[in-house]
Amino acid sequence: MSTLEIRDLQVAVEDKEILRGVNLTVKAGQTHAIMGPNGSGKSTLAYAIAGHPKYTITGGQVLLDGVDLLELSVDERARAGLFLAMQYPVEVPGVSVSNFLRSAVTAVRGEAPKLREFAKDLKGGMDALSIDPAFAQRNLNEGFSGGEKKRHEILQMELLKPKIAVLDETDSGLDVDALRVVSEGINRFRASGETGVLLITHYTRILRYVKPDFVHVFAAGRIVEQGGPELAEKLEAEGYEQYTKASA
Amino acid sequence: MGLNEKPLSTLHEKSSFDLADFEVPTGREEAWRFTPLSRLKGLHNGKAEAVGHVRVDVDAAPEVTVETVGRDDARVGKSFVPTDRVSAQAWNTFEKATVITVPREAVTSKPTVLTLTGSGDGASYGHIVVKVEPLAEAVLVLDHKGSAVYADNIEFVVGEGANLKVVSVQDWADDAVHVSHHHAQLAKDATFRSFVVTLGGDLVRLSPSVAYTAPGGDADMSGVYFVDAGQHLEHRLLVDHSQPNCKSNVDYRGALQGEDAHAVWIGDVIIRVEAEGTDTYELNRNLILTDGARADSVPNLEILTGEVAGAGHASASGRLDDEHIFYLQARGIPYDEARRLVVRGFLGQLIEKIQIEEIRERIMSAVEAELAR
Repeated sequence: MSTLEIRDLQVAVEDKEILRGVNLTVKAGQTHAIMGPNGSGKSTLAYAIAGHPKYTITGGQVLLDGVDLLELSVDERARAGLFLAMQYPVEVPGVSVSNFLRSAVTAVRGEAPKLREFAKDLKGGMDALSIDPAFAQRNLNEGFSGGEKKRHEILQMELLKPKIAVLDETDSGLDVDALRVVSEGINRFRASGETGVLLITHYTRILRYVKPDFVHVFAAGRIVEQGGPELAEKLEAEGYEQYTKASA
Repeated sequence: MGLNEKPLSTLHEKSSFDLADFEVPTGREEAWRFTPLSRLKGLHNGKAEAVGHVRVDVDAAPEVTVETVGRDDARVGKSFVPTDRVSAQAWNTFEKATVITVPREAVTSKPTVLTLTGSGDGASYGHIVVKVEPLAEAVLVLDHKGSAVYADNIEFVVGEGANLKVVSVQDWADDAVHVSHHHAQLAKDATFRSFVVTLGGDLVRLSPSVAYTAPGGDADMSGVYFVDAGQHLEHRLLVDHSQPNCKSNVDYRGALQGEDAHAVWIGDVIIRVEAEGTDTYELNRNLILTDGARADSVPNLEILTGEVAGAGHASASGRLDDEHIFYLQARGIPYDEARRLVVRGFLGQLIEKIQIEEIRERIMSAVEAELAR
């Protein structure tokens, strides 16, 4: 069973300190929600773990089954079993969805999937997320609506089968129908009990569909409160004000 | 023939068949400032004696006639006048011209392929005329390979309502020098599609131009180039809208990698006073993959009438987008492959426009080979 262990992680962007010592352990079979106000560093945590070049690690460790991800390149982290569903997936002109997915699956599995098997997996995955099969031939994320982009992120997660998935505000910008479809995808993914999910969100809405085991409140670059699902309900009622005041 | 009157536009200042009307370029001229003259091996100053050979093999569609003619043939030199020294040099020096004729209303059943092979034995000069008679349709492939120091003029004379598609591949050996002018002349309602692919050669300077003799002409000119270390690949487009209600679209894209890889793209479009209802757009994009590579991109749009349907240009040269690469890498795809995917996508979007599958695939695999270097 896999474990992601974040130890005293400190991250800066252009000399500005954003994360000030984050400690968090996500085990396979668990879903952790990270909630917090805008600008609290939630997304920084996601991108720093994935290795985005904009973020400078100034201290700490991120261990996936004992391997320090921070020592690995972005693609090595993904191949080690980390997945980041992005808040704003970029459009990549000229690269088709199917070509991209086949390249990604080949890289992560270490061998090219059998063509027929891959086509079947892709079709099944797209059906489950109500994605029009014609999207396979379209350029990656190009001209996709916000909801379509998020569905494709979940499609990628289901095909790549990571050990730990970090979902960065996957719920933002989704209408209720899209939110339900995306949530079902996340629930399918975690149903095996062999994967861990770190769900970053600003709103409690998605937590009605994807029940977390743990809720962490993020403010000013660190976790300021932890609890079970009941903490989300408290945030729903009271908002983030008490945390922003406390950290200011 | 003497010096023609200077046109209204400043974009091409003079045209003449007489070599003496063009001074030897020094590199200070606008038209020559990007070209490393010392690497032209004398094509520009009369020192490149015509002692070498570029063999022309033609695999023609059955509907097409192919002739090799002398300088005095009435069909040669009717659609253009040289506008620079090397073009005039080639005009004055070539001995035999290849004339390809697509008869009236003929629709060719397969592409006509001209393979030009340099034998590496010195400079040579060439001339090709492609005459597409009214309402005919043809596809032509020009395939340049081998080692050569070569200057030529190619005339594409597209008749009324005719349609000519040309793919010109410059896949020369590493030491080749090629200065070429493609002159397209479009009659009423003629359609011209040009796709230029430049990959090989030490120095390639290719100047495709379009002129219209009547309204309704439609020209689309695309190009892809891949510049490696030390290569100079230059494309100079000129579209001269002198007739009303004609269209032109130019889209050139290049990728550059390695020390002293140098791409030059000049896109000149003139819309003359009488060319009302012109619709034109030109675009050049460069993807710079490594340090030490340089792209010069200069679009010029000169509009002399107030009545245009559309006129625009854009030029963008940049590095690989970090966000693209990050996204692909975050899905486990290693950096080199991510880079290949992005470059292949960038050029592939244009290459997809080639309707002949065989040629499209050949060009795609040539790009793959460049990326694997």
